[in-house]
Amino acid sequence: MHPMKGIMKAELVLEDGYRCEGTAFGAPMSVAGEVVFNTGMVGYPESMTDPSYAGQILVLTYPLVGNYGIPVNGTPEEQLDLLSKHFESSRIHIRALVVSRLSPGYSHWSAIDSLSAWMQRHNVPGLHGVDTRALTKRLRSKGCMLGKLLVDDKDVAWDDPNVKNLVADVSITEPQWFPAEGEKKVVLVDLGCKDNIVRSLVRRGLNVLKVPWDYDWTGEEADGIFLSNGPGDPKKCEDTIRILRKGFDRDIPIFGICLGHQMMALAAGADTYKLKFGHRGQNQPCIEVGTKRCYITSQNHGFAVDERSLPPEWSPWFFNANDGTNEGIRHKDRSLASVQFHPEARPGPSDTDHLFDTFARSLKHAIQYS
Amino acid sequence: MPSNIHKVLILGSGALKIGEAGEFDYSGSQALKALKEEGITTVLVNPNIATIQTSESLADKVYLLPVNPEFVTGVIAKERPDAILVGFGGQTALNCAITLSDTGVLAQYGVKVLGTPIQTIKDTEDRELFVQRLGEIGVDTPRSRAVTSWDDARKVADAIGYPVMVRAAFALGGLGSGMCADEKQLEDRVKKAFAHSPQVLIEEYLNGWKEVEYEVVRDAFDNCITVCNMENVDPLGIHTGESIVVAPSQTLTNEDYHHLREVAIRTIRHLKVVGECNVQFALDPHSDQYRVIEVNARLSRSSALASKATGYPLAYVAAKLSLGYSLTELRNSVTRTTTACFEPALDYVVVKVPRWDLKKFRNVATQLGSAMKSVGEVMAIGRNFEEALQKALRMLEVGVDGLVATKSPQFDDLDDALSKPGTERVFALPQAVRAGYSIERIRSLTHIDPWFLQSIASLVGVEKRLEAYRGGHCTNDLLREAKRAGFSDAQIARILALDEITVRRIRQNAGIVPYVKQIDTLAGEYPAQTNYLYLTYDASEDDVDWGHQKNVLLLGSGAYRIGSSVEFDWCCVNASKAVRKLGYRSILINYNPETVSTDYDVCDRLYFDGLNLETVLDIYERERCMGVIVSGGGQIPNNLALQLHEAGVRVLGTSPIDIDRAEDRHKFSSLLDEIGVAQPEWQEVTSFEDAQRFCESIGYPVLIRPSYVLSGAAMGVATTWQELRVFLDRAADVSQRHPVVISKFYENTREIEVDAVGAFGNLLTMAITEHVENAGVHSGDATLVVPPQRTYLETLRRIRSITERIAKALYITGPFNIQYLSKGTDVRVIECNLRASRSFPFVSKIYKRNFIEMAVSAMLGGELESIEHHLYELDYVGVKAPQFSFTRLQGADPTVGVEMASTGEVGCVGEDFEEAFLKSLISVGFRFPIKRVLLSTGPLVDKVAFLESARLMDAMGIKFFATAGTAEFLTSYGFDVTVVYWPSEGKHPDAGELIEQKQVDLVINIPKNFQESELTNDYVIRRKAVDFGIPLLTNIQLANRLAEALSRKTPGDLQIKELQAYG
Repeated sequence: MHPMKGIMKAELVLEDGYRCEGTAFGAPMSVAGEVVFNTGMVGYPESMTDPSYAGQILVLTYPLVGNYGIPVNGTPEEQLDLLSKHFESSRIHIRALVVSRLSPGYSHWSAIDSLSAWMQRHNVPGLHGVDTRALTKRLRSKGCMLGKLLVDDKDVAWDDPNVKNLVADVSITEPQWFPAEGEKKVVLVDLGCKDNIVRSLVRRGLNVLKVPWDYDWTGEEADGIFLSNGPGDPKKCEDTIRILRKGFDRDIPIFGICLGHQMMALAAGADTYKLKFGHRGQNQPCIEVGTKRCYITSQNHGFAVDERSLPPEWSPWFFNANDGTNEGIRHKDRSLASVQFHPEARPGPSDTDHLFDTFARSLKHAIQYS
Repeated sequence: MPSNIHKVLILGSGALKIGEAGEFDYSGSQALKALKEEGITTVLVNPNIATIQTSESLADKVYLLPVNPEFVTGVIAKERPDAILVGFGGQTALNCAITLSDTGVLAQYGVKVLGTPIQTIKDTEDRELFVQRLGEIGVDTPRSRAVTSWDDARKVADAIGYPVMVRAAFALGGLGSGMCADEKQLEDRVKKAFAHSPQVLIEEYLNGWKEVEYEVVRDAFDNCITVCNMENVDPLGIHTGESIVVAPSQTLTNEDYHHLREVAIRTIRHLKVVGECNVQFALDPHSDQYRVIEVNARLSRSSALASKATGYPLAYVAAKLSLGYSLTELRNSVTRTTTACFEPALDYVVVKVPRWDLKKFRNVATQLGSAMKSVGEVMAIGRNFEEALQKALRMLEVGVDGLVATKSPQFDDLDDALSKPGTERVFALPQAVRAGYSIERIRSLTHIDPWFLQSIASLVGVEKRLEAYRGGHCTNDLLREAKRAGFSDAQIARILALDEITVRRIRQNAGIVPYVKQIDTLAGEYPAQTNYLYLTYDASEDDVDWGHQKNVLLLGSGAYRIGSSVEFDWCCVNASKAVRKLGYRSILINYNPETVSTDYDVCDRLYFDGLNLETVLDIYERERCMGVIVSGGGQIPNNLALQLHEAGVRVLGTSPIDIDRAEDRHKFSSLLDEIGVAQPEWQEVTSFEDAQRFCESIGYPVLIRPSYVLSGAAMGVATTWQELRVFLDRAADVSQRHPVVISKFYENTREIEVDAVGAFGNLLTMAITEHVENAGVHSGDATLVVPPQRTYLETLRRIRSITERIAKALYITGPFNIQYLSKGTDVRVIECNLRASRSFPFVSKIYKRNFIEMAVSAMLGGELESIEHHLYELDYVGVKAPQFSFTRLQGADPTVGVEMASTGEVGCVGEDFEEAFLKSLISVGFRFPIKRVLLSTGPLVDKVAFLESARLMDAMGIKFFATAGTAEFLTSYGFDVTVVYWPSEGKHPDAGELIEQKQVDLVINIPKNFQESELTNDYVIRRKAVDFGIPLLTNIQLANRLAEALSRKTPGDLQIKELQAYG
């Protein structure tokens, strides 16, 4: 859009009354949701298509966004069945995007479109020209809040995504099959799964059966179970937790990521709680318990596992080096483990990619994470 | 942390030179602090006396000695350290350490190398090993071969196909590197490269690829983080030190960013780096292909920039890691609550722009390439690229107000200016946009990514929209937009045809003011204690609170450049310390990422922002400062003094009115007349006729200073009307608007300097420094001695008396410097600066009396203690010698004159002049013993002056080679001289060959007059000496002092003694 033409005012309103005005981009519509911030400096297409952001208005702290446009979505041959090459799902999951400065142009060999045009096609509004640092500091000190992005003064009702089961909205409804080179088969429970989890498993020769969040996989023929990431309050996914608890009786490896990690903890009998403003970024340091090894991880979560509530057969695996919160748990005797961060990266660093190798190994012969 | 490490030796980088500048003062100082915290005894070897790291408060022992294997071995033998840190003193320290390791010195004395092992350093320095090691882990490097002969070089180039890239191994700042389009260029470059390096690399040429760097940190437990990535706006083909650089990268996707990050981490894990490391990538702009082009397993200029760009103290952390700490055990020093094992998230944009000083040199090649020529850099921070870029260009202090709406270079051949990058290419970009060039066309000419070009086009767009309001007031929305795009009040004023202060008033009335933001390493995610700030208009809220009392604003020295370097940073850091000691809060403004003054623990608040009237006023007003100190940071703040005063700012110390009385030639001259002090005759002329008339009345030679020059040196000496004419022709314009100042030039006259501190017109203390060279050599290029060795007591007495009278007349409070001419016992004043001078750290450290601390005390009304003035009574001698960087300035004539040419300095101490002098010469690259000398001793008077030295050298068995005139003269006095031909004569042996084949150990070549302009034979000889690494002397007094010193001392007589042990 030419900077002079079609300028439309827009405003972000927080539940505490804070307002900041800027310019609208993307789809010209008003929306409401929970306002969260992410400190990553790259990866807006990946973040925006991450289903974990369902129901959220995303504030990016890096001030220049849209610089490299939106990439081509792969030729059909390059694509794994049902997977996009450059995104984490087939659509934008955030409610709205808030940035300091939308790049007026874009440049990258892989780009075919501008951020704004892409958002317009996906019916997602954006706001730019606001002091995102001031906004971030507010969210940091007061905690994440509900917010409304109002375009052209059109008001909408407040909408708290954490009171409903968002997973049901973003999960698939029918199982999907992703064949691979190898023999082993993994059931991947889709709680709002990022495509790169599927890619990471298939790349290791694991056949993947992706199933809906409430699918009872306990009778399914499988060498291992993988619990994906996903949005919202973990306690809303009662069905998933119930099935998982039953699944513990089967002696097969289970691994969880993010929301999957919280499911694992809840199924094991531990508790979860809401963080003040969550961890969303690509620079979260996580230390492996009992070592001096620290990994830089990609994160996107608003809830955390309460380590003190872990039953005795489970132990903490990773913790956040900044605030000490739990970042992973492992079973003391069995191949059961989960992490709060995202080993599949995208966006973010791939430092913990080896956890997929460990999982693949666990399918061949039982391993203990402790 | 290993408990058996009690004493650590740290190697510094020596004098500042192109490719190795102040960044190593920053890294060495942080390393010293990190070790001290552990209770470790520190020993520093670094002859750079102007640095912070050689200050008494940092290292336990400071050896002002050359950083070479001989002296460092001596220090090791004496100090017996447990361990050595080699990664904090640039290439100089690294090369020295490799030799010490190879020769078994480190093993012999049981000195452990901390951090990255020597073998890793070799793996990264030796190109063949480098390619092989990275190949082992599947990391792509440019196709290349290392060669050790010209013949192999030719064969490899043929195999790869032209154009090819040539790189010299073991070289700093890309010395001797460059693109070769054909065999002829290859031959020329390869042969030169072999002069500096036994090994040369021929590689595939990746012209136009993006250049991206990662700063990686690894600990002994294999934890790895990338602290910062940076993208060069100027793509591959231009050395990163010569490029405009932006952090973080702007045109990389998540895939690009994290792929390169993963490769960088894989690389340094494989190489087993412990500490800090820089990995440079080439990235194809049209695919995901990459190459790792370089790995620097040490602190570097890029790491200093990354440190300042992110707030992450890389050097401090690297030092701790080398002691065996893990990253997780260290705290983030900005938040103080989170771990150091994280990757900073930036919520701002950093732009670095190099600063060149090529105009000071004759014949120098000005096109940019893969060898570094810049002498410094600026770093600007903004919330968008346009804001940061325009700020950065202002900070350069090259007379521009930003990228657009400014007086800036104009290019006649735009395509040429775009495709053949010179130092001013960035200004060709908006010119091309205005001329209607498409982004695609500019891209194909420059290879600059369209994203950057679009940003520049948008600046031209704002400029155009403002133009519609010329002569009036623009809308507040447009004004705000312009301020957000980094337009200064001066730029807006220029477009609207208003004055700067009017624009300031309009925007302040409209509530358009800058906001203050913190650099907190975590993008606001955690509360930060940081005092590290910048201004931006792209915001709506401040990060900091106000209302503190007793704020003193200190203005820093800006980018390093010829004439203003680390010495002023020493002054600023010490001023800040003194301010705090007196109970005030120090608020500092500086934008030079290579400095210690911009470190997180130097002041109470640091503004990484501009030193211009607008920004200084903005900060002064917001902070409600009780005053500003302008006398510590050299000429930039000094020039602001009067403007600040007129804007109602309280300038501490000497009144700006009095500063102006010293700065303004007319006012100062009448003041000297009033108090009866002599000065060289001078006149300001506005026409050729006036010039001729005046020169004939005072007699030649004369010193000329035009107020406006297009190119070439600004000052010169003319011995005849013809020479004067040539010089005035070169000055673009002689007119009422651009007058030329001509003054009498006194030959065979000594130059003496006074550094002093005054309080309310009284002289508190002073140091008298004597130049070795006669007047005619810029004081920054002269060899200085304290206490004076060859000056009459009567002269010293007169100088003291005049200094007292001037202090009184200008009612000086604070630091000042006066330059004197003396002949016999006659004394004349040439210049007086009411600020700290270049030699303040030198005299402070030699006399062990902190002149800056006294000056600040005087300015802030602290306790004053008048010091007795008998400062020439010392039991030892200090010598300060200049460091030139001619090697890097291809084509430049390596002579000295009235324009300063040196880039750095060293200061050494000895029992007597000879000892200190020889140490200082070795520190700037002289090598002894000298057995064969090539002489051409210039005019007859110098030939005669050299006779006694010839006798001394002859007696030492030194063999003479000389060109015809000098040979004939010396032979007539009975010396045995081998005659060599001039290079242009085409006969053998010629002087050039002698140098190329390294058949001589020293070249003494005295220019025939003050202003040799043509490419003479002498020029060829001097240039060859520089290109082939043979020590060169071009001044007769220096040559004579050297001959005397060599006849009295051998290298073995030079004592290994720390600064603390003198006096």
